[in-house]
This record gives sequence, C-alpha cells and structure tokens, in this order.
Amino acid sequence: MFIKQLSVFVENKSGRLAEITAIIAKANIDIRALSIADTTDFGILRLVVDKPAEAEKTLKDAGLTVSLTNVIAVGIPDKPGGFANAMQVLADKEISVEYMYAFVSRDTDRAYLIMRVKDNDAAASILGGSGLELLSEDDVYKM
Amino acid sequence: MSVYKPEIECATRSYIRAVQSARLIKMAENAYNNVPFYKQKLDEADIKPEDIKSIDDIVKLPFTVKNDLRDNYPFGMFAVPQGELVRIHASSGTTGKQTVVGYTKEDIEIWSECAARSIVGAGGTKDDIIHVSYGYGLFTGGLGMHYGAEHMGATALPVSSGNTKRQVQLLQDFNSDIICCTPSYAMFIGETLRDMGIDPKSLKLRAGILGAEPWTENMRKEIEKLLDIKAYDIYGLSEIAGPGVSFDCEMQDGMHINEDYFYPEVIDPDTLEVLPDGEFGELVFTCIGKEALPLVRYRTRDICALITEKCACGRTTVRMTKPRGRSDDMLIIRGVNVFPSQVEHVLLELGMDPNYFIVVDRKNNLDTMEVQVEMTSAMFSDTVSELESTKKRLESALQSTLNINATVRLMEPGSLPRSEGKAKRVNDMRKI
Repeated sequence: MFIKQLSVFVENKSGRLAEITAIIAKANIDIRALSIADTTDFGILRLVVDKPAEAEKTLKDAGLTVSLTNVIAVGIPDKPGGFANAMQVLADKEISVEYMYAFVSRDTDRAYLIMRVKDNDAAASILGGSGLELLSEDDVYKM
Repeated sequence: MSVYKPEIECATRSYIRAVQSARLIKMAENAYNNVPFYKQKLDEADIKPEDIKSIDDIVKLPFTVKNDLRDNYPFGMFAVPQGELVRIHASSGTTGKQTVVGYTKEDIEIWSECAARSIVGAGGTKDDIIHVSYGYGLFTGGLGMHYGAEHMGATALPVSSGNTKRQVQLLQDFNSDIICCTPSYAMFIGETLRDMGIDPKSLKLRAGILGAEPWTENMRKEIEKLLDIKAYDIYGLSEIAGPGVSFDCEMQDGMHINEDYFYPEVIDPDTLEVLPDGEFGELVFTCIGKEALPLVRYRTRDICALITEKCACGRTTVRMTKPRGRSDDMLIIRGVNVFPSQVEHVLLELGMDPNYFIVVDRKNNLDTMEVQVEMTSAMFSDTVSELESTKKRLESALQSTLNINATVRLMEPGSLPRSEGKAKRVNDMRKI
C-alpha cells in the first residue's frame, strides 16, 4: 500500500546534487521520481528509486544523512480535472498534505502522485475507498 | 585636564604601594577567614594571612580562575553573608552556569568611584549628560557607568542598548555629552546617523567611553570620524568589578589601572611566573579593596602588558595596553562573553551530538555568530517544517544560554573540520 521514499539531507552548494546522484548512478540505481524541498541553507532531496534499500545503504556508506519514509503513490487519469478530483477526496476528509510531487508515465495515459500526509493509513484507506488507484511497491519500482 | 581623585591617581609610587600593602593585608585576612575556598587554598600552600606583610608578598598567594567561581556557584566565593550584599551581577560562565558576583554597599561605592574616574579621564564633568547605551541588567556595563556618572554628579541617561533610532533622537534632543557603549555599537550608531542624513557635527556629543569588547586603533579612528567625538577605551570584567577597572585618559596611550583597588600583575600563562613590566602576558588582578568578593590573583585570560612610565596626563597609576588576545578560547561577541563549551553544553542538553563549529564575523559593524551543526540521522526528517523547528529549538536554547542571538546552520555530516588533537571549533573572521 505504501512505497519507500529516500530523503537525503543536502547543503545548498553548487555541484552537490551532481555528486549525490552520481553515487546512486554508480550503484546502477534508477530514479523513478524526485523532488527537492529547499530552504536558504539546506535542501531535502526526495527520491523514489527502483531499489530503495540498496540506495539507502549506498548513500549512507557515502557519509550522507538519509532516511526511508513511507509515502503514498496514487494513479490518476492524465486529463483535466484528474488531479483536482484526487485532492477533493482528501479535502472532504480534511486530510492535509505535507508534501507531494507528480510524474506522468511513459506509455499509458496515467499520471502518478507521490504524497506524504500526517496519517498515511487514514489517507490510503480514503483514497482506496474512493476508487483511486493506489500503487504497490512493485508497481512503482518496476515501472 | 582634570583628575577625579588626584590624591591617589597622581600620588607618589611609594604612597600607592603603601595603600596597596595595607589593603592586601586586610584583604588576605578577609579571604582566609570568610571564604572556605581560600582558607583551604592557603592552608594547602601553608600560608597564613600573617605571612602577608606588604604588597610584595602577593606572589605567595595562589591564583584564582573562572572555574573556581563556577565550582562555588552561586554564592560560595562571597566573604559576606548574603544579607550584606546590595547588588548581584552575573556574566557568562564556561558552561551553562553563570559567573556570579556580589557587592556590598562599600563595594558599589568603590566601583562607582572607579567608573567616575574613568568618565573624568575621558574629559567628563559634572555638567555633562552621560548617555549610557550599555545594557542594563545582570551585565555590569549599564549600571556600572550609570553609578559612575551619578557618583561624580553628572546626569546619567539610562538609555540601555538597542533601538538605535531612539538613541539618535535622544542624542539630538537631550544634547548628550558623552556616550558609553561597546565600540561596535558606537560604529553602528555612527552609521545610522549617516544613513539618516544627520551630520555628526550637529550633535553636542564630544566623547565616547567604549569597552566590553576588544577593538583596534583603526576602529578608534573610524568611530571618531563617524561620530565626530574622541573615543576612549575602558576596561573591566565583572569578576573584578565591572567597567572602570582601567580607563583611557586624554593621552589615549594605555589605560590607567585603578590599582589602589585592583592590583595588577602580568604572568606567563604557562609557567605562572610574574613577568617584568612591559612584557606581554596574562593579566591578573587582586581585588584588594573589595569586601564581598575578595578575589586573589584572578586570571583574566586577557593578554596585555603593563606600562609603568609616568603618563603625560599627570596620573601616576600604572597603565595597561589594549588586550591583544586571550589565553583561553573565550570569544567576546557584541560585548558578551561566549565560551565554545557553552555551545557544546546546549547541544548535549538537547540530546544532540556535540559536533559543532562557530563562525564569528562582523557585518555592518555588528558581530554575527553562526553555529554550524552536523545533521545526524536522529535529527533528520523528510519534512522541511520539522528540520526548521529543530533549528529554531537550537537557536532559542543558544539564545537563552549565551544571551546573544546565534543563527544555526545545519550541515551535512562530515562537513565540519576534524582534527587529530584539540578540535578547532571557532573561526573568528573579525579583523580586531
């Protein structure tokens, strides 16, 4: 029901993202989706990859601060209103989103949302109950 | 050229020494009989108060360090019962605990007189308005200069620090004659004047008595130009009294020590041997005139030299050079004493790894302090809001322990400098 997301602490300095992503590239890890949250001093690089446990170990071994977090992956139709509809489902139940990012698939007409909410279980059952497609770990990692 | 207490400030050297001898004898008795810490120290060294017959015998006495005050926190070093105290001040200790100092009525009288001598040294008279922009509170700066101004019959203006535009307004409206603050704040006021388009020549202000932090001759020239005043240095530390331990006269050539109350020595900080006059070493004071806190050979950790040549101003008291550094790792930031160990203490209290690095800088003439902390797995979160609240929690804990604002920068693990031996914890980029 949930998928694993890697969060990596990154100082704001040029070249740092290239260095960090090179580490996982060398371990032959493929990135499915990513986002960066930034503040003045630091950022959090969030990654969904095909081999999360391996990626976590690789990054930790390289001396980085990394955590694995459960997030929800939701499939929605890639058409006007698709996203708004999913958000309305959460809004109706007063579930607020901490952060979210999205990507579209290569060969279907689907779009995918990766989201983190306060109460993952509640959000997953609401989203699932409303007929939205919840993706499993396999769905995402093998995409 | 006026001197507040010429009978002592311009006395013969032999007279000054006689006063010092008499006071040291009395003080050694007071410390031995009323401070268990000193009784033990003297007993261990097999010295009795009777062995102290003149000021020359001071070398027989043991040294006192800041940690002795911490170990006897809060009132253990006082030679009088708390009921005899009329005032308590405190400054930063080396860890979370403050260094506490107490004063009897007579101690306040001595300190006020010394602060008054300093104001007169800067050309102050009883007709002047003394604008005190040092902070009022546990810090000795504000109340020290305030009492000094009142002691000499001048008009004290207790503005305290901060709110610079209001400071400027008061300087304009009240026609303050002399301002007392830190040199960096004097610079800041000068720049505020410039930014507000006010010609410093339009102000009556003619002198600044500036201290509580180290500054250079270059800064002096700049302040004198910015504010169109003469800038006088004043030295003090709460353990000994507060501002007024020594002060600049109009010659601005070394600070006259009020040595009838605070007996100075300069020692080699490694061998603890007393150094000949004129040599640089660690400044040591003995509070020969104070009742409540009779500190014996207190190591200030300030590095300076004593000047014994007679000053052209007519005062015969010994002078000290501007402190040129410290024999410990204490930083003086915006006039506040900061020890790196205090930062470590805060991190440990919050359950964080004591891996930190302090960057001190001076931006627009105000000191800044940044504490860099390495991000650990335990502190990390995938949400920005949690990381920012960790940062704020740390900043407010630092503020309450250090009494100054420090910004926290969260760093990647391994990014702080490591060293084999003693860790380098500080980068002081100020040019002072």
